[in-house]
Amino acid sequence: MIESLPRLLNATMLTIELTLLSLFFGIFVGIFFAVLRTSKNKIFYYISYYYSYILRGTPLLVQIFIIYFGLGQVEWIRESFLWIVLKEPYSCAILAFTLNTGAYSSEIFRSAFETINKGVLEAAEGLGLNKINTFFKIKLPIAIKQSLPAYGNEMILMLKGTSLASTVTLLDLTGVAKHIISTTFKPVEVFIVAGSIYLLMTFIIHNFIRFLEKKYNYN
Amino acid sequence: MKNIFKLFLSSMAALAILVSSAQAGSVKIGTEGAYPPWNAKDESGKLIGFEVELANWLCIYMEADCTIVEQDWDGMIPGLIMRKYDAIMAGMSITDERMKTINFSQGYADEVASLAVMKGSDLEGMDTPEGINLSLGGSDVKAALKTLTAALAGKTIGVQTATIHQNFLESGDVGSVKVRTYKTQDEVNLDLAAGRIDAALAAAVAFTDYAEKSGKDVVLVGPTFSGGAFGNGVGVGIRKDDTALLSDFNKAINKARKNGKISELAIKWFGFDASM
Repeated sequence: MIESLPRLLNATMLTIELTLLSLFFGIFVGIFFAVLRTSKNKIFYYISYYYSYILRGTPLLVQIFIIYFGLGQVEWIRESFLWIVLKEPYSCAILAFTLNTGAYSSEIFRSAFETINKGVLEAAEGLGLNKINTFFKIKLPIAIKQSLPAYGNEMILMLKGTSLASTVTLLDLTGVAKHIISTTFKPVEVFIVAGSIYLLMTFIIHNFIRFLEKKYNYN
Repeated sequence: MKNIFKLFLSSMAALAILVSSAQAGSVKIGTEGAYPPWNAKDESGKLIGFEVELANWLCIYMEADCTIVEQDWDGMIPGLIMRKYDAIMAGMSITDERMKTINFSQGYADEVASLAVMKGSDLEGMDTPEGINLSLGGSDVKAALKTLTAALAGKTIGVQTATIHQNFLESGDVGSVKVRTYKTQDEVNLDLAAGRIDAALAAAVAFTDYAEKSGKDVVLVGPTFSGGAFGNGVGVGIRKDDTALLSDFNKAINKARKNGKISELAIKWFGFDASM
């Protein structure tokens, strides 16, 4: 058990990497689709609506399998430039996680945008701020603050979701744990250690969000 | 195929009658159901394959009431230890590493491992001898491994996780190849066909079976492997404290070997006599 710890900690780095990269790209995807969703253009609205509907309505495992094993079977994809990204399990995993967390984040940001008090926007208009300034200086900061608790939750879900990377050959924390079990035949001990590492990371995210909530609580 | 299925059904029915009249204990046998032709599933999800049929015959000889249950490969030995089933028949080779944790019956079948690539790969036509028995050692084996090391340098090779094939690639015998591990052999085959891996290593029949069923241009290359990290044949995995069951299985295997049942089933499923 103790001998397995260095290997598990090493694999934790990949888990952290997958989580952070997916969340980073996912924020942009989320904000982008949240903005589309609040658009008055019906086409933009429905693109965003169905994106979120489909990605939230199917299991992450199915999504990652479609992207990795599914698209890999299509010959013209293998011959196109897309194969540069889709050939590697690492980029397939990041892509799947980003699209997934992007869908959830877009809903979180959308509801945050919708809660912005009309009076605030009218005041911005009264001050003569243009649309871009209103978005970046008024709407976005308020929306980010509003969405912190829900987004913290999404970060934790994403962290746990990265365990599915092991299904496409990546040796993340769960992947290495399984690997160790397959040679030591001690599932309980190894999974308890791996689970504790996940718990520790969740604890850190949880407190980080609480710190941010306190910092930006100007009510 | 339909005839085989009918035969299988009738043998199952015969088994059911025999079992109900026999006064013996019940034995649960775990198999993967995803490593054809050793063990697999038909379209309806029913377990089929060489080991599934052999298990039924061994149970008849042991006069035991058997059920065959499915278990993912990577949890096969833990499942046995946790008593989810009493025996493993899942194309599991008898290796020293596994013997530390569980017991094995005598081997009932053996066949070689081989590398596979897609047609047109630069590994096709690799210059290596026919067969390497790692247990023999000596200069021939060393020379063959040296050739392989050179040919595989920098290549990515796919294997099913927790197999003799993974152990061999990670043993350092063929230098430092990039090993990619998969949960099932199906997934290894898919990524080989997709070109994500340069080559794959598994039981040779696993590739020929896939090539036949999928119509993909999978070709076997390089030497075939046996011995050493590849173990000493495939046997029934049994818990260390289950000595009575171990001797029952050994007796049943002896009987099945002598009356030709193992050979018969091997020829039916593998196309050649893989019995031992």
